[in-house]
Amino acid sequence: MRMPATLFAAVSALALAAPLYAKTVPVPAGEGAQARLQEALILADAGDVVQLGAGRFALTDGLSLDAKGVTLRGMGMDATVLDFSGQQGAGEGLLVTSDDVTLRDFAIENTKGDGIKSKGADNIVYYRLRVTWTGGPKETNGAYGLYPVESTGVLIDGCKVSGASDAGIYVGQSKAITVRYNYVESNVAGIEIENSRDALVSGNLVTRNTGGILVFDLPSLPVMGGGNTLIEGNMVVGNDTPNFAPKGNIVAGVPRGTGVMVMANDHVAIRGNTLVDNPTAQMLIVAYPNAFTDPRYNPFPRQIAIGANRIVGGGDDPQIPGGDQLKAAFGGALPALVWDGLGGKDALTVEAKLAGLSLNLPQQGAAATAARPEGMAFAPMPVMALPGPVGAPAALDARARP
Amino acid sequence: MRLLLAAFLTLTAACTAKAALHKTSVVNDMAVTAAAFPQTLSEYGFFTDNAAQHPAWGVTPYRLNTPLWSDGTEKLRFVYLPAGSKANAQGDGLLDLPVGAALIKTFKMQGRLIETRVLLHRAGGWTALPYVWNAQQTEAQLALAGTRINLVTPLGQAISYAVPNKNQCKECHATAGVLTPIGPKARNLSTAWLADMHAAGRLDAVPAAGRRIPLWEDRAKVPVADTARGWLDVNCAHCHKPGGAASNSGLYLGWEVADPAALGVGKRPVAAGRGAGDLAFGVVPGDPDHSILVFRMASLEGGVAMPELGRATVDPDGLAAVRAWITAMR
Repeated sequence: MRMPATLFAAVSALALAAPLYAKTVPVPAGEGAQARLQEALILADAGDVVQLGAGRFALTDGLSLDAKGVTLRGMGMDATVLDFSGQQGAGEGLLVTSDDVTLRDFAIENTKGDGIKSKGADNIVYYRLRVTWTGGPKETNGAYGLYPVESTGVLIDGCKVSGASDAGIYVGQSKAITVRYNYVESNVAGIEIENSRDALVSGNLVTRNTGGILVFDLPSLPVMGGGNTLIEGNMVVGNDTPNFAPKGNIVAGVPRGTGVMVMANDHVAIRGNTLVDNPTAQMLIVAYPNAFTDPRYNPFPRQIAIGANRIVGGGDDPQIPGGDQLKAAFGGALPALVWDGLGGKDALTVEAKLAGLSLNLPQQGAAATAARPEGMAFAPMPVMALPGPVGAPAALDARARP
Repeated sequence: MRLLLAAFLTLTAACTAKAALHKTSVVNDMAVTAAAFPQTLSEYGFFTDNAAQHPAWGVTPYRLNTPLWSDGTEKLRFVYLPAGSKANAQGDGLLDLPVGAALIKTFKMQGRLIETRVLLHRAGGWTALPYVWNAQQTEAQLALAGTRINLVTPLGQAISYAVPNKNQCKECHATAGVLTPIGPKARNLSTAWLADMHAAGRLDAVPAAGRRIPLWEDRAKVPVADTARGWLDVNCAHCHKPGGAASNSGLYLGWEVADPAALGVGKRPVAAGRGAGDLAFGVVPGDPDHSILVFRMASLEGGVAMPELGRATVDPDGLAAVRAWITAMR
């Protein structure tokens, strides 16, 4: 049979929008929540909505979702709480390993490890979730709140994360990423984009973390060469929580009071942000500080473009070696931009008039004691545009609406 | 429609023919291959006597040279091959089992049957399902969402034993998102067993003997590096490999891995969080106490303990072997 083209198109569109037998599976809180919820996640098919009821779900083990195209939805980030205070096993609260998943409108509390991890899960939406360790910032809290890794297409929108002993929102080894409109408080790192490309971090409120927004590229990982990232229109305010990360982690080296920090990476633009009272440095641009052997890895920052940002205060209690003398030398506060001096003339371009400080490290891997700090005054210069588009695919927006 | 009906008739005919052909087999091939979740272990007919774990025709017991640590449980392993089919050797790697095959693993603690996990090779790929034994030891019931059971280990530790849920089975059993068996790799099977399977016509060839993972009970007699690397391969490398659940760590612990950095030597943690403790490197040669690998093996704390799934106790002998390997490392 021949179908008219228009009818065919309409039928196809319908099929895409609503799979034939899509269903909503209600899972109320209460007795046996662990088995009931896990079973619903296992039996869900593409297009299904697993609908969590209001209330607290007392969970003893990590949950996992491995079915494509499923939505896990609660009654709101304050109404539906997945409580992992009694968790006995697994590395995270919820693990997602399938594509096209939407997680929205619920909270995760007190997981032993990470809050929600999604791995190899393309086109995932995290919308209006809350992830919290209720005892406040502690070294024994889980590492990451929201943790997508090895994925293409990530949208994290309208979430609240606090207390993570590493990063509140961590996106690793991924591309096509949007992190927007989130409230990220009292973590070691607020938002961290690591070994990732094409990320847009915009319109977030990032406060009381150790460091606000970090963009890192690290060696010896399957995916390296981070860059093409835009940090725009964020409020990065008073990130002053003492670093409580376990010492072995890369974020354990983030100075308390860092606003936006870039380590290594190729093409990162920082513009239109409001940076307020971050006591070490409003912006910190550095090379990877440790020794490495990976020949594929470039440890230097390249083409970090600093546009116009609103700078208020900051730099008045710097936690870097010799910080007090430096502060005195600069009249009571470090300038808004601190650079380790590595990466040569391609490291930085600065679009607006800005005062800076270079630590003038002699080479990559040099100890901080080898620094010979000096002030820099940047004259405005044209900055290069990012080489490509940033952000999650537009199709993900439809799944991130009230 | 006509096409569909024809396909259905062909399928029915094939099934009937098959059933007639293999009268001796009591295994329910449809339970293995159909896209359903049988509610009880009996439905498969893998055992002629459930409680005694006496295998049916076509179900062959096997053992691994070095097994995965599971809180000291005793494990009974079986491979089922449908009549007329055989497995194919793939060098020293995983035996290639045909569609219709199944792997069956029963966990016993202190003489009691606890759970039986089955891996079913269906037309669409492998499916993993966990079954939990009843108190009478007569039947095991599907536990899709997993469960917890209070047990006492042979070392006298009272534990909350976790039966994995269906998805957790896949966390360990996945390569690049596709479910696959882990255990029956030729390098971790005995030559004698492989030769027997070949002689019985159930294996196409005896794979060339490469460097084999040693027998665990021989660990006092073999080089400590072989013991430790065998233990790491079996306990860690199903996730810690390219395409595995821990691929993003860049820490690869397979038997064949030669790059010291991939094995953790001088390697900094990536996304370990507090799993790294206050330690800077995965493995510090000569210094197990400052090696994250040892720290995590020795931990029982969620978020720190490795492996993440499948154990509530530390494997004292495995830990000792890995410690000795790192101590001897220059």
